[in-house]
Amino acid sequence: MAQPIVEVSNLRKTYGDKVAVDGVSFTVQPGEIFGILGPNGAGKTTTVETLAGLRHADGGSVTVLGHDTQRDPAAVKDLLGVQLQEATLHDKITVGEVLQLFAGFYSRPADPDELLALLDLTEHTDKQFGRLSGGQKQRLSIALALVGNPEIAILDELTTGLDPQARRSTWELVERVRATGVTILLVTHFMDEAERLCDRLVVIDAGRVVAEGTPTGLIDGLDDERTVVVRFGADDAGRARERLDRLAAEHPDVARVEELDGTPGEIAVSGTPRVLFAVVPALAEADLVPEDVRTVTRTLEDVFLAVTGRTYAPQEPEPELTTEGVRS
Amino acid sequence: MTTTTAAPARRRSSGWHGFRRLLTTETKVWMRDFASPFFGIVFPTIILLGVGYFIPGMRETITDAPPDSVWFGLTPIATFLPTVLAMAVGTASLTVMPVTIATYREKGVLRRLSTTPMRPQGIVASHLIINMVTTLVGIALALVVAELAFGVPVPSRLGVVLLAMALGLSAMFALGMLVAAVAPRPSSANAIAMSLYFPMLLLAGLWTPGPIMPDLLRDIGQFTPLGAAAQALTTGWFESGFPMLQMVVMVVWTVVLLPLAVRLFRWS
Repeated sequence: MAQPIVEVSNLRKTYGDKVAVDGVSFTVQPGEIFGILGPNGAGKTTTVETLAGLRHADGGSVTVLGHDTQRDPAAVKDLLGVQLQEATLHDKITVGEVLQLFAGFYSRPADPDELLALLDLTEHTDKQFGRLSGGQKQRLSIALALVGNPEIAILDELTTGLDPQARRSTWELVERVRATGVTILLVTHFMDEAERLCDRLVVIDAGRVVAEGTPTGLIDGLDDERTVVVRFGADDAGRARERLDRLAAEHPDVARVEELDGTPGEIAVSGTPRVLFAVVPALAEADLVPEDVRTVTRTLEDVFLAVTGRTYAPQEPEPELTTEGVRS
Repeated sequence: MTTTTAAPARRRSSGWHGFRRLLTTETKVWMRDFASPFFGIVFPTIILLGVGYFIPGMRETITDAPPDSVWFGLTPIATFLPTVLAMAVGTASLTVMPVTIATYREKGVLRRLSTTPMRPQGIVASHLIINMVTTLVGIALALVVAELAFGVPVPSRLGVVLLAMALGLSAMFALGMLVAAVAPRPSSANAIAMSLYFPMLLLAGLWTPGPIMPDLLRDIGQFTPLGAAAQALTTGWFESGFPMLQMVVMVVWTVVLLPLAVRLFRWS
């Protein structure tokens, strides 16, 4: 592995007696999309704001591109592009103006016109910020994070509030940006977003890292149970249930059979990874033709459940965090 | 620990790179808000014209003062001019600038800026400059209109007038900066500013200018930044002597309020 571009070690941050970040450690390699995933209030934003030198840590160390951002936050400002959650701009500044303005702050800025093209904003150059749609604002926000030609871009809750189509096109943009060589730190509470975009990620819960790895690695690391769901019409449902119950009793690869709530005739069969091979011949032999068959895909939500014992509820109430201690 | 990851063309930022563009962009964007330039520049002159033309007797020569008094032979509207100038000094600094900065804080613009090599102080500095210039333009406009419309005499001692103006500006901008520093929201900035602005206008003589101000108001007013400015301007314009107390009052307000504003300033 190459020299890490970001090293966070045992980071701690408290607000009064509330511990927001409780010993978080991870490293980010150059060129990867690294995810920081967790429910709201887990300490994700505090973590990245501290590593960007915007907040004082109460303990631990943060090194970004070889600079200690706690001791010397100014050293990384030119190398780091940050897209903040909930930061907006003056309603009357235009897209072109604000990009030119921000470009002027950096020593080696990107070409604002190229960025506008990359983010599909060229036709909106003269539009005022207040008149942009949510998706356009979000794309401008990414453009501003990239206008300094950063080595690392921190993108915080990039797609919150966007419609599904805008989310998907924003994901494509993030991949396009990574293709230009920028390392990306992606903060998100969306499991699907992290799964889709991240090369590696940490899952943070209540200020601690509860899981770390690649999305597929984390999912594969779960227990070996697999589930097949078959759906039958009203005529066959009873007979199918009987046959599958018998299968569960006889077959070593089939552990249990449950009827799912909600959709009538849907039966979930769980067992070893070979459960599918057991179910299909049994149904074929009895000439039970299901209307629908699906295998249940496991996601990062199952990983979260496994490591925390809780169902993933991204919209947990945000604990009261003061903004005190934000650096100028 | 290596620092070679950064390309050699990178440099460590002083925190002010791009300030000139920030200032010009902020000026452009600020002018798109009609109300902000309007209040700072035109409002004092409108008050001057309104009082001059719509209040009876304001343009008639004062004859009921003793013939040896400095007021004899002047017009009431002339004695109102220092108040209008004080008002110009207090308007952009107190009613426009704090609301702008509180809005930027609420919108996260100050925080957004702190992630870039530009210091968020840059945006505060640019609005200090913008509102200072607005105030000077407002003062110039009021002076030109006062001369053209009412033939107000030139100041008897220009030096005293200029010093009073400069100290008045520094005291009022220090006050405006303190409001900007602590107001959590634009609405609260506006509320604090207005509850300071109108009493200050009263003490600066908006309703009882120059010679007709009651002694009590005058005694209180000389200890307020805007009242002291109006009194020092009046002295420099028409009377004799040096308004030492008023000048010292304005200096004291500045040296107390400005460091307080810097210390209390909230960036998010």
